[in-house]
Amino acid sequence: MGLLFSFFTVIALIVIVFIGVNGANLHYLFGVLIPYATFLAFIIGIVYKVVQWGRIPVPFRIPTTAGQEESFPWVKQNKIDNPSTSLGVIIRMAFEVLLFRSLFRNTKAELREGPKLSYGSTKWLWLGGLAFHWTFLIILIRHFRLFLEPVPVPIKILESLDGFFQVGAPVLYLTDLIFLGAVTFLFLRRVIIPQMRYISLAADYFPLFLIFAIGFTGVLMRYFLKTDVVGIKQMTLGLITFKPVFPEGIGIIFYIHLFLVSALFVYFPMSKLMHMAGVFLSPTRNLANNNRAAMHVNPWNYPVKVHTYEEYEDDFREKMKSVGIPVEKE
Amino acid sequence: MANPKPEELARIEYNPPKTGWMDTPTVFKPGIFPYGCKPKSLETVSFPNPRSWSVKDEDWKLPENWQEIFIEGLRERVNKYRSFRLFLDICVRCGACADKCHFYIGGGDPKNMPVLRAELLRSVYRKYCTTSGKIMGKIAGARELTIDVLKEIWYYAYQCTECRRCSLFCPYGIDTAEITILARELLNLLGLNIDWIAGPVANCWLTGNHLGLQPHTIIDSFDMFINDLETATGIRVSPTFNRKGAEILLVVPSGDLFADPGTYTTMGELLLFHELGLDYTWSTFASEGGDFGFFTSNEMAKRLHNKIYEEAKRLKVKWIMGGECGHMWRVWHQYHNTWFGPVDFLEEPVSPITGTKFENTKSNKTVHICEFTADLIKHGKLNLDPSRNDNLIVTYHDSCNTSRGMGFFEEPRYIINSVCKNFYEMPPNTIREQTFCCGSGSGLNASENMENRLRGGLPRANAVKHVKEKYGVNMLACICAIDRAALVTAVDYWVPGVGVTGVHELVANALVMKGEKKRTKDLRGEPLPGMEGE
Amino acid sequence: MYNGGKIIIGVIIFVGLVTFPFLYSGGKTTAKPDPKVDTPEILKLAENERKCVEPKAYMKGEHMKMLNEWRDWVVRDGNTIYTATNGKQYTMSLQNTCMKCHSNKKKFCDECHNYTAVKPYCWDCHIEPKEKES
Repeated sequence: MGLLFSFFTVIALIVIVFIGVNGANLHYLFGVLIPYATFLAFIIGIVYKVVQWGRIPVPFRIPTTAGQEESFPWVKQNKIDNPSTSLGVIIRMAFEVLLFRSLFRNTKAELREGPKLSYGSTKWLWLGGLAFHWTFLIILIRHFRLFLEPVPVPIKILESLDGFFQVGAPVLYLTDLIFLGAVTFLFLRRVIIPQMRYISLAADYFPLFLIFAIGFTGVLMRYFLKTDVVGIKQMTLGLITFKPVFPEGIGIIFYIHLFLVSALFVYFPMSKLMHMAGVFLSPTRNLANNNRAAMHVNPWNYPVKVHTYEEYEDDFREKMKSVGIPVEKE
Repeated sequence: MANPKPEELARIEYNPPKTGWMDTPTVFKPGIFPYGCKPKSLETVSFPNPRSWSVKDEDWKLPENWQEIFIEGLRERVNKYRSFRLFLDICVRCGACADKCHFYIGGGDPKNMPVLRAELLRSVYRKYCTTSGKIMGKIAGARELTIDVLKEIWYYAYQCTECRRCSLFCPYGIDTAEITILARELLNLLGLNIDWIAGPVANCWLTGNHLGLQPHTIIDSFDMFINDLETATGIRVSPTFNRKGAEILLVVPSGDLFADPGTYTTMGELLLFHELGLDYTWSTFASEGGDFGFFTSNEMAKRLHNKIYEEAKRLKVKWIMGGECGHMWRVWHQYHNTWFGPVDFLEEPVSPITGTKFENTKSNKTVHICEFTADLIKHGKLNLDPSRNDNLIVTYHDSCNTSRGMGFFEEPRYIINSVCKNFYEMPPNTIREQTFCCGSGSGLNASENMENRLRGGLPRANAVKHVKEKYGVNMLACICAIDRAALVTAVDYWVPGVGVTGVHELVANALVMKGEKKRTKDLRGEPLPGMEGE
Repeated sequence: MYNGGKIIIGVIIFVGLVTFPFLYSGGKTTAKPDPKVDTPEILKLAENERKCVEPKAYMKGEHMKMLNEWRDWVVRDGNTIYTATNGKQYTMSLQNTCMKCHSNKKKFCDECHNYTAVKPYCWDCHIEPKEKES
């Protein structure tokens, strides 16, 4: 149900912009108002959510320790997976955010006759996830050539690296290929593996369809349908300088691409996609394991009702005395 | 209740049902769930809704406004725990955690995949705490909190041992333990604890320990230990209790005072400290290192453990030593300092034998007994004869809490390798940070849910079986009292012929003591290697 | 524990990154590219003969593809003659056909390529026409 719902939602988005631009000529709405509004919603939404999380205290220091803790000088500490210093935490987080270290540990449990359980290393999800996120990032950065004038050198370098193999014209970007492949992989594993299908919600399919559609319309626009890229850059520059222009000859495919990106902007802050910000705040990863060496303060720590020693002794004084245990009150 | 044969239990169906999980009603299977709590246990600690009830009954006798209580409790907690809120918000359901849970591996129930177990509560959170869930309902993964949903949350909250193995593999570190802990806290607002947790909590409140051992019975136990030790070694140890002015307060899990093989660990500790002439005391008041309050609510956990610091203060000790226990050390290591700190009435711990400063605990002043002993051995302070353990081929089970809530791997291994010659590791994906739970942690060590405990124990037992077949392993060492109770059962069922031992039992067997008689028997009264005829 | 300071820094970095193009432009409009077709060679032609090998719209979108194909046909297949859609025939040569009319690489090719940060690799092999700085 979630799958079909998500699929048709994305189709509906495409139909809306098609009718809106080609039928009703709402260029200003789809080319200016909606991109502005959704981009604003994107920023405000993310900041709001992060601030909301930030206002909630971290009452306890609960790192998931994934290696030997700091101990005696003669015991080798795993300073990355079980950091006891801020530097260690920064390295741990960098590994986590940039290289998906936890996912790299992934194993697959298998039960054979006997019974015999084995846990094979499986890196596919890690590889697919890494490919997806990194190519997404590179593609995003590459898009800055359409938003910056003059185009900064690093972006030019990135672009020429991406088109390193000089296949076809316009030159094929490797990231485009890997990106669509990775999204497809992430989708297929969701529908093919029974457990994955079982846990998947509309909220899992929708972003995959939406992101695939964004990538796919981008690819169509660059390699097949062609649209006036000079005109597009005039338009994007118009948007970022708050002087919107509508050059002639920009195809509907561009409006579809733009509208899907706008949809992603709105959807992002209220969805699981917020893991982008959330991963930085995860208390099982971003805290040093120095619990016994330094005190972690819980702002809402409050005194609790306890059973005191006096009460205990009152309950058991005679029994204690009978076996010679010292007591406070004879 | 007879359990199915291992061959039958190991036939596991991993394919989920055809219907979606929200539309698949949860059937309560006997052997899987523990019994509900008794009213007396709740009354003892003034918990809400004490009444007689049975899990099997249709009517759980909840307060009229139970929904309101639960949802209000949920709203309160998502604003008190960033972990909780974040973990409910950002899961992408990538499925990396799915086959990491021992209950899922051993049982195949899809709702025991950590992601789905969390979704049970997450769906309720979406319905009542997020805009999209309020408006979009089911399509946004939200659902109403009906009585069946509540029961389902209960059923699976007591099928998670809070072992955190899933959290290790999660790319965002989402910790199901955190979700289970808070789910249980919410259930406790409605009086929905289980007997095996609520009972020990009430005992602990009144007597200072989970087993409800009163001061004189503790002394009786020790008298027995002292006699047995004298028989084995010819040395009569003389522990002290509630003694003011001792240097160290020793607190161990009460399970080690009560039942085999934990008692041998306690006896081992008695021998070791006697040999060292350590100035330490036991306490009948702080007679529990473990904390079943932790399986009930944050507040209850704190209420129970206050006694340790109160007692340390009253007895004017310098620092506190903690025995071999799993969740005890999760609580001591990750929670004590926050609850009770700053602990300025104690001194920074220094080993009186070696002079080593325990730098990593300079603020909380609590030392793990294995840290203490490893340091002794490193400094050559113990006269050890590892050949006395030659009849044992040992493997070591990392308990989940000390592994993923502390990172305590090398110290116990160092000790084991110093006191016995035959040590073999289980496969890498089943030890250290990837260790498997015994299947009975977090208060699920009851007998009525035995089938589930055995299922949950399968991954651990199976790894033991592997080293038994490969190296002839016959002894499973561990540093957790629940392990010492639970693994005996699980291992007997899946890999008969392997015993369970605490690390300090091994130490005591190898310890050559001043003035000891010729040792022919180990602490269990069984002949030492080469002494079979004596 | 809130770590508020670190979160605020993170938020500022995030907002800075996503609004970077706005800050970079500083609200200043930049001139749009204006490729010139006023070379002497073109001006020599009669008004109605000033036409490329294919219609302008097609050339705008597909010139890169066409050049790529021309290269393959000439270098790999040995064909040198291109028959346009209107039946006219041309020698497929960047330097002798295209650049004969469009001798102003800077004002014709580079104008848009630079604007959109496209770096064609034509001139990796071909010799760039020498132009007087105007």
